[in-house]
Amino acid sequence: MNKIKAINDFVILFANINGSGSASANNLFAKAVFRLGIPVSAKNIFPSNIQGLPTWFEVRVSEKGYLGRREGYDFVVATNGQTIVKDYNELATGGYFFYDSSRRLPDHLQRDDITIIGIPLTNICNENYTDPRLRQIFKNIIYVGALAYLFEMDFSVFEDSIKSQFAKKAKLIEPNINALRLGYDYAQKYFTDACALNIHRRDLNGDKIMIEGNTATGLGAVFAGVTVAGWYPITPSTSVIESFEKYCRQYRVDEATGKNKFAIVQAEDELAAIGIVIGAAWNGARSFTATSGPGVSLMGEFLGLAYFAEIPVFLVDIQRSGPSTGMPTRTQQSDVLAAAYASHGDTKHVLLFPATPKECFDMTVIGMDLAERLQTPVMLMSDLDLGMNTHLCEKIEFDDHHIYDRGKVLDYEALEAKQERWGRYLDVDDDGIPYRTIPGAHPEKGAFFTRGSSHDEYAAYTEDGKIYAKGMQRLLKKFDTAKTLVPEAEIHKVKDNNKLGIIYYGTSTYAGHEADDLLQEQGIHLDEMRIKAFPFGKEVEEFMQSHETIFVIEQNRDAQMKTLLVNEFQLDPKDLIPVLNIDGMPITAQYIADEINNHINPSQGKSKKFEVIS
Amino acid sequence: MSYIKSTFRHPSAKVNSLGFAKTAYEGALSTLCAGCGHDSISAAIIQSFFEMNIEPHKIAKISGIGCSSKTPTYFLGKAHGFNSVHGRMPSVSTGANMANKDLQYIGISGDGDTASIGMGQFAHVVRRNLNMIYIVMNNGCYGLTKGQDSATADIGSAGKKGVENQFAAIDLCQLALQLGAGYVARSFSGDKKQLIPLIKGAIEHKGFAFIDVISPCVTFNNVPTSTKGYEYVRDHLDATGTIDFVPERQELKIIHPEGTSKEVKLHDGSKLILKKNTHDYDLSSKREAMGIIETVREQKKILTGLIYLHEDPQDTHKKINSVDKPLNSLSQGEVCPGNAVLDALNEGFR
Ligand SMILES: Cc1ncc(C[n+]2csc(CCOP(=O)(O)OP(=O)(O)O)c2C)c(N)n1
Ligand code: SF4
Ligand SMILES: [Mg+2]
Repeated sequence: MNKIKAINDFVILFANINGSGSASANNLFAKAVFRLGIPVSAKNIFPSNIQGLPTWFEVRVSEKGYLGRREGYDFVVATNGQTIVKDYNELATGGYFFYDSSRRLPDHLQRDDITIIGIPLTNICNENYTDPRLRQIFKNIIYVGALAYLFEMDFSVFEDSIKSQFAKKAKLIEPNINALRLGYDYAQKYFTDACALNIHRRDLNGDKIMIEGNTATGLGAVFAGVTVAGWYPITPSTSVIESFEKYCRQYRVDEATGKNKFAIVQAEDELAAIGIVIGAAWNGARSFTATSGPGVSLMGEFLGLAYFAEIPVFLVDIQRSGPSTGMPTRTQQSDVLAAAYASHGDTKHVLLFPATPKECFDMTVIGMDLAERLQTPVMLMSDLDLGMNTHLCEKIEFDDHHIYDRGKVLDYEALEAKQERWGRYLDVDDDGIPYRTIPGAHPEKGAFFTRGSSHDEYAAYTEDGKIYAKGMQRLLKKFDTAKTLVPEAEIHKVKDNNKLGIIYYGTSTYAGHEADDLLQEQGIHLDEMRIKAFPFGKEVEEFMQSHETIFVIEQNRDAQMKTLLVNEFQLDPKDLIPVLNIDGMPITAQYIADEINNHINPSQGKSKKFEVIS
Repeated sequence: MSYIKSTFRHPSAKVNSLGFAKTAYEGALSTLCAGCGHDSISAAIIQSFFEMNIEPHKIAKISGIGCSSKTPTYFLGKAHGFNSVHGRMPSVSTGANMANKDLQYIGISGDGDTASIGMGQFAHVVRRNLNMIYIVMNNGCYGLTKGQDSATADIGSAGKKGVENQFAAIDLCQLALQLGAGYVARSFSGDKKQLIPLIKGAIEHKGFAFIDVISPCVTFNNVPTSTKGYEYVRDHLDATGTIDFVPERQELKIIHPEGTSKEVKLHDGSKLILKKNTHDYDLSSKREAMGIIETVREQKKILTGLIYLHEDPQDTHKKINSVDKPLNSLSQGEVCPGNAVLDALNEGFR
């Protein structure tokens, strides 16, 4: 039998039971890889359930720095009886099957192309612990200890991790390290040379960090000066607000009085959540909400109001699989169109597409500025994969010279100095952006009636179609201004006059990038463009015009970004080839490369998963 | 028709203690139907704020959608206003209040806006004890969409179309009481003498103040068969007592015979003087207030006046422990932790 042999380049699957404490053990393992200086990505595949259902954790170790998901499991840690058959069958040829041998494997599991590593986790626990809770928790730690031995990982990294994890509960350090040792020693005794997958120390992570996108987003909102948050719980967005609250409690409590320099209102639903954001923004506070697709649907009417009445709203959409409740704990990029054109009537909204937690932070800071500059809703289009998984990324930094752009606001002095008549919706600067006032600013000047019904340049109600139309056209002009303010797309041209291009955005970036490398090896050279925002800037248009065939990588069924591109630039839809994944798992490089290869060389084979629509 | 009123005022016109004439509290000319109850309520709001000496620009008026929700254009022209979306005034008010606790918030809604589409938001803004005045202009129908029954229409009441309503009516005062409102009153648009002191009391009240004002829709629901028409309401009013508002430190001028009136102090020292009639109950008892609404309803009458008062100083801001300064006035330096804290934070993610 050929065992898979690899150093720092393989995928491990942990199959666990939800709520059994496996998450922290698995994270301990992933963090150890990171601390050994090797790029690592971890994906939590969890059910919509609190306790009892199967949950998986994939860890990809990649010395080359590929952080996207990779299909195929080289090593499986099977601790869940419910899924053991499936987990066993999914293991790659030459792979390793690690299981709790306190119970025998079902007789029909008879593969001879894999290595079986049976460690009696339950028995070891029962021998060493009497408390049933400890037995459960340490079972997870024991398998991590065993893995440390099997992969030849430096044990001291684990010890250090445990020490820092339990710095405040020193009592727990010894028992945890002992549990690791139990696993390590058992594996060393019985499986001395069983495993040819190794994790050896490198120094590739520099000062990078491992952080969840949602944590970075919530932190970004603190740095962006958000003071009011309205929200309603929904997976996978809840942890954005949790993070915001956590860091507010850390940095925003007035020392002298113990009072909060923030207001977080858990609303009765998403309609109220966005209403709160709009009310606060209208009243001059920076405010935001975080939600997911179902919430965005409910917020539709209010988003139209904010668009038409020109109120700065910052909305974080952590996308998950739709439609309806869909697969609520699986990822997708399927709210792109719903967000871009949210609400009835002619509306268009500014979208930002972060690909890393660091970008979640940066784009929250920028996004809040954009919302106030443009006086319109701005949405951060993150997703479950980015938001709820820990990602390796650049460290978080804030430029202290960055002064918040509060946009065109006339305060008391400005109103006082104003000679000519002020009009709330008057385009004085010819950029489509009018000047606003904040309630209470001035005793005599600047008061107006904000409304979602048609209004003239002075905010008075009108049913004059020409005045209405002029206002709507001005909003388009404002959208043109937005094109010059949003983050530019990242473009990487591999050769001159290349007619082939590839586009990706958000969490399709990791896999898209890796796919390009795979295709290079096969002689297919693609110019790359990573879209970071909507509306699209000039550089996007230029890229679209200068390439004949462009592959658009997305994690939705209907090629939503393609639709946006075709619509905004009046392109021939046939020139844009969608490569789509909708199974709720993060898209993989191999899949993208295969799809593109099949399109370019159709004779070689058929599309693997989904039909390529062209 | 001109929608801008003349701001000319006679030099001898009365001014309040801030030096403002009443015109400073007025708004644009109303476009509602002549005789609409809502206009009388607007007038009462103007009078109340004028007499209460509130700086007009320190007020924020927020509404939903409906004829009633249009009225903020017709009063307090120097104040910012927000005509939001149908049924969602409470959330916009909540956000606005979170941003700046120093303004006076007045929310205007209709019975459709509050008791149907906005029922959820209404319930929750009461629960939050948001510091605001919430006025429902209650005509038992949807005026703006041409007279359909609303959820406050009484069983058996019939509007202009003549079809009797079959569905149970929602009593918004009872609902507000149940959900914890500290100030609950009902009035009638045609009874200025009662409505003005009630609005003044609401202005002074700290926390959520609710006034359900029956306000006939002359166009769709002012027929003798309607229990929200002028005729029926006038004939069936039953007040908890006549009411006077006495501002802080002002001497009591009207002396009521002993035992016939009672005094309710508000947090700033001003008082509401309630001249009792047949109903004598503890205004701060939720149970008794609930009971009296029921009793009067059984007598086929409409209870008006101040129904319940119990100031709860824990408004939303107190509950969430926010700083005294309005959040919208905090500078970047006060809210942004700055790059210095990030070193330690990043280290925690390694
Ligand atoms: C989402 C939505 N649904 C329906 C409407 C139509 N609509 C406008 S006003 C109104 C009812 C208003 O009734 P009420 O709140 O009692 O106000 P009134 O006009 O009676 O003062 C309705 C249903 C709307 N504007 N928005
Ligand atoms: S329709 Fe009824 S509620 Fe609306 S303005 Fe006319 S009278 Fe008033
Ligand atoms: Mg009504």
